[in-house]
Amino acid sequence: MSTIEVNGKSFETDEEGYLVNLSDWNEDVANHIAGTENVEMSQNHWEVVNFLRKYYDEYQIAPAVRVLTKAIGKTLGPEKGNSAYLYELFPYGPAKQACKIAGLPKPTGCV
Amino acid sequence: MPILNIVNKSPLERNALASCLRIAAPGALLLIEDAVYAATRGTSTEAEITTALSKFRIYALLPDLQARAVADRVIDGVATIDYEGFVDLVAEHSACQSWL
Amino acid sequence: MSEGITKKFMFVNRTAPYGSIYALESLEVVLITAAFDQDVSVVFIDDGVWQLKKGQQTKGIETKNFSPTYRALEGYDVEKLYVDRESLAARGLTEEDLLVDVVVMDADELGKLMAEQDVILSF
Repeated sequence: MSTIEVNGKSFETDEEGYLVNLSDWNEDVANHIAGTENVEMSQNHWEVVNFLRKYYDEYQIAPAVRVLTKAIGKTLGPEKGNSAYLYELFPYGPAKQACKIAGLPKPTGCV
Repeated sequence: MPILNIVNKSPLERNALASCLRIAAPGALLLIEDAVYAATRGTSTEAEITTALSKFRIYALLPDLQARAVADRVIDGVATIDYEGFVDLVAEHSACQSWL
Repeated sequence: MSEGITKKFMFVNRTAPYGSIYALESLEVVLITAAFDQDVSVVFIDDGVWQLKKGQQTKGIETKNFSPTYRALEGYDVEKLYVDRESLAARGLTEEDLLVDVVVMDADELGKLMAEQDVILSF
C-alpha cells in the first residue's frame, strides 16, 4: 500500500497509484494524480474524467477503452468519440490513465 | 429454551432448509444470506415455510432481503429482523444450530 | 485484437448473488471476454436468475451492489441474455422483475443453444 499527499492530507493508493477509496477523490487529488502522470488537465481532460465518474456511478465499473470510446461518441459527439482524440489527451491509454485521475479502479480486463 | 436454527442456503439450490424442517424440534428458525429466498412469496418452496410456521417462529434477516431485492415479498407470518435482532435471538436461545 | 479468432462463448450462471462469489466472478469474466471481441451469450438458470432481480440494495450487508453492471453489458455489445423460463417461474419472478431485457427460453431451446457453443463456462 502507498499513499499520496495532497493539501497536507494523505490518501491511500495501490502500488500502481490508483486511489483505494473512491470517496477520497476531489479535483485537487485528480490534479495531483494527473501531475504524476505528466498530464496537464485542460477542459477536455476534465470532460473525459467527469464522463468516467458518471459512467462508474451508473454501472459500478470502469469501462474498457472500446466501450468508453463508443459511449463518449454517443454523448459528446464523434469528434471526441475516437481513440486518436482520447490518446492525445491521455497518451498512456485513456482507460488506464483517465481512470486513475478520475479516482476509479483499473478497468476490468486491463492487465 | 428451545434451539435457534439458522439456515443460510437457498432452498432452491440445497436441501439444508428441508433437512432442518424435517429434523429440528419446534423452536425458532432464522433465515440469512441466500436462505432469505425461502421467505419470499411465489417460489416453488413457499409451502415448506408456510407449513413450518405452525412449528417454528420464523425470522428473516432484513439486510439480506434488501440486498437481494426481495424485502417486499416476504411471506405473511415471517418476521424480519436486523443485526441487533439477530444478536437478541442468539442470546434468547439456549443454543444455535447452523444448517450449513 | 479485432483481427483474432472469434469464438462462441456461453456463460452459464446458476448461483444467486452475494451468497457466494460466483456471480460477480462470472460478470467480470464476461466483461473481459467481451472486451476481446468474442461472441458472448449469457444464460441465467436456477438461482442464477436472482442476479437480475430489480431493486438490490446492499448497504446493509456492506457488499458492493454489482447489479447495475448488468446494464453496462449492452455497451460491451453483450446483447444475448437468456433466462430459463422454468427457473423464473419457480421463483415467483416474471420478466418485469428483471433489470435488463432478456430472452426467456424453454429448456429445449436453451439446450440447443448450448450445443452450438465453442466454449461454455459455468458459474
